Amino acid sequence: MKLLEVKNLTKAFGGLKAVNNVSFTVEKGEILGLIGPNGSGKTTTFNCINQFYPITSGDILFKGKSISALKTYEICKLGIGRTFQVVKPLARMTVLENVTASAFCRVSSIKGAKEVASEVLQFCNLWKDKDKLAKSLPIGGRKRLEIARALATRPDLLLLDETAAGLNPSELDEAIDLIIKMRESGITILIVEHIMKVIMTISDRIHAINFGQTIAEGTPKQVANNPAVIEAYLGEEYAQG
Amino acid sequence: MKKNVILAILGIVFLVFPLVIKSDYYQHLIIIALMWVVIGSSWNLLAGYTGQVSFGHAIFFGIGAYTAGILFSKFGISPWWGMLAGGIASMLIGLFVGWVCFRLRGPYFALATLAGGEIFRLIATNWESLTEGMVGILIIPSFESKLPYYYIALLLAAGCIFAIHVIMQSKWGYYFVSIRENQDAAESLGINTTLYKNVSLLVSSLFTGMAGAFYMNYMGFIDPQVVFSLHYISIMAILVGIVGGVATIMGPGVGAFVMVGVQETFRSAFFGMAPQWISEAHALVFGLLVIFVIMFLANGIVGDWGKIKRNVFRIKASS
Repeated sequence: MKLLEVKNLTKAFGGLKAVNNVSFTVEKGEILGLIGPNGSGKTTTFNCINQFYPITSGDILFKGKSISALKTYEICKLGIGRTFQVVKPLARMTVLENVTASAFCRVSSIKGAKEVASEVLQFCNLWKDKDKLAKSLPIGGRKRLEIARALATRPDLLLLDETAAGLNPSELDEAIDLIIKMRESGITILIVEHIMKVIMTISDRIHAINFGQTIAEGTPKQVANNPAVIEAYLGEEYAQG
Repeated sequence: MKKNVILAILGIVFLVFPLVIKSDYYQHLIIIALMWVVIGSSWNLLAGYTGQVSFGHAIFFGIGAYTAGILFSKFGISPWWGMLAGGIASMLIGLFVGWVCFRLRGPYFALATLAGGEIFRLIATNWESLTEGMVGILIIPSFESKLPYYYIALLLAAGCIFAIHVIMQSKWGYYFVSIRENQDAAESLGINTTLYKNVSLLVSSLFTGMAGAFYMNYMGFIDPQVVFSLHYISIMAILVGIVGGVATIMGPGVGAFVMVGVQETFRSAFFGMAPQWISEAHALVFGLLVIFVIMFLANGIVGDWGKIKRNVFRIKASS
């Protein structure tokens, strides 16, 4: 079943087409990796999916319905959660308060929200830090807090924007475990990631873009061997060899 | 537990104060301070908790005061109904102000509210058929004694603080603080930021409008230069919040008493003990006080209470 369909998505900033006619689908239950060199339009694609930016043309369907005219918060309510590449913790709130605030997306009682938040914090291995201020967390903790906050909104589809960037090797393994655990709990994941170790291990399929346009799609192995992808990352000479 | 005891003692002190201190002058000061508790707390809900710093709370104060005044002088409606009507009228204006100003963020929002305050002051000055312009509105106060005013002000102040306390423990409270901390993150967590900024503004304008209507009833006279004043209302509201402690429940309460105390001390030239020219300098003293608070107590008296206690204790220990 198609959970998310991106159809001919184009986003232009003035004359620059940051995303140009990109189409892909995310099937329910899978992990789709979105890769591309810096500035290729990955984060812009995310920002278009959750309507952070209004799209220039094309359409985005979630569970078969167009969401391209909705507001960001409505998209969250429909079941798309996201994390930010540049983390946006609610700095002067505690970790528990951060997650409780987003749990109100599904429950309206304070007790219920706190229960959801505690559950999510344990799931994300952040429970021991629950009373710390968000600004006092190290980067690994902040990235996990981003995920916890998104999870507390009970999403069907989770957009992860470089959640592994800046983590040390042991944190990286934890992050991979967490992502796999989320998939096992039934959440579909669309992930942007630069770290090949992460994206190659966990993705079912990979969609590669460069200069805002699709250059390849397929299993991790297929994409890794695709000349266009190698060229985009390493230059023309490597692609021929 | 300790907190409840302090609150209970405070409550009793405020309840019996006018029965013990019969001086009209001191009762008047406390009434004005209680009114500022309401305005400061309302400002704090919008600016301190929701992060939308308003430089235009005189809009809501003035609308509340004028609604009560006009309803009484033109239609003969009891000014106590005017307090309710003033709050509601102020909310309606708040809805309009929010609709215009919440398109802007951060300092731009603050500037828009600053301009808004001046616009309303000019409207009140020039729409003479409705507001009597610079002549102002004069009504005969309902009570001779200050006692009823005192208890109404006390009720309003306690009600306002309690309402804000309850709000901040609820879903709204979490949403307000989330919006302050990061509006983009809040939006992507399913929070309708435009709606909740307006909710915060509406609650804030309701209480400020009621305080304005109370002022009309109590003082019996208003004109645009006083109730729509940038200096005496909008800036004073900010000072009350900053001195007492932004984003604390009791902060504006403490700030109101400190600011009214400082203002009165200088206005009266230290109760007549200092040369008269001192009273001219009260604006200067406000400036110095703000510099002092920002340098040493950035979180206000309540926000930095721990720091104050520590430092006072150290001074004691070393001497």
